[in-house]
Amino acid sequence: MTTPDILFYVFAFLTLLSGFLVVANPFSSNPVTSAMFLVLTLVSLAALFALLNAFFLAAVQVLVYAGAVMVLFLFVIMLLDLKAEERRKIRKFEVFTGLVSVGAFVFILLRSLLYSPLGAQPTPTLKGGTAELGALLFRQYLLPFEIVSVLLLVAMVGAVLLSKKDLK
Amino acid sequence: MSVGLEHYLVVSALLFALGLLGVIVRRNLLVIYMSLELMLNAGNLALVAFSRFNDSLDGQVLVFFVITVAAAEVSVGLALIVALYRKRQTAHVEDLALMKL
Repeated sequence: MTTPDILFYVFAFLTLLSGFLVVANPFSSNPVTSAMFLVLTLVSLAALFALLNAFFLAAVQVLVYAGAVMVLFLFVIMLLDLKAEERRKIRKFEVFTGLVSVGAFVFILLRSLLYSPLGAQPTPTLKGGTAELGALLFRQYLLPFEIVSVLLLVAMVGAVLLSKKDLK
Repeated sequence: MSVGLEHYLVVSALLFALGLLGVIVRRNLLVIYMSLELMLNAGNLALVAFSRFNDSLDGQVLVFFVITVAAAEVSVGLALIVALYRKRQTAHVEDLALMKL
């Protein structure tokens, strides 16, 4: 087993473990704890991206997700006073139905993965650096790029409008 | 056995399942939102893995767009949650079962 393989197993385990702790932390149901473990999940996902040679996306993942989005999440959690929420119990029946449905879903996914012919993969040579991705983004995908910028503007206006004191 | 496409797809499927479990089981609006982010990221991981093992950068461009849309979605969604909390003083989905504010 080479070093990237070992790193894959380490980060995959870290991703899944902290992802589980986001959803079902046995020690605390505080949203802040979930947010912190979500940061850990996103950072280890960025490491997996880097292992897949997607260096630009790894950087964007850390900057946008682990940085901007999580700061927004924590800000809102601090803004809302969620002390009363922590005392609520999770019902056993809900957990049971959730586990059954998700278990069935995972079974379908993994079974289809097992029986799908992925073929023998050659060792890939793809480089996902800023230069390669930027060239593709500003030539072939220029129109979606501009549309996405308008979408961000719309989201900004929407967020400002929604957080006004008196919604009319 | 060296790490291939299927390893990444298994991780992606399990992460997606965790996110789905969170959406079904948890009752706090913010934690449900975080689970949604988890599911989006699982999709991103699958896209990047496919892109790498098919020698095509298109998947990574799609991930770039997904990240942008997710950022927009989070900003609007959290603004909605804050507006809702102002009206109803709760972020618990069972208290938010009515369409009427």
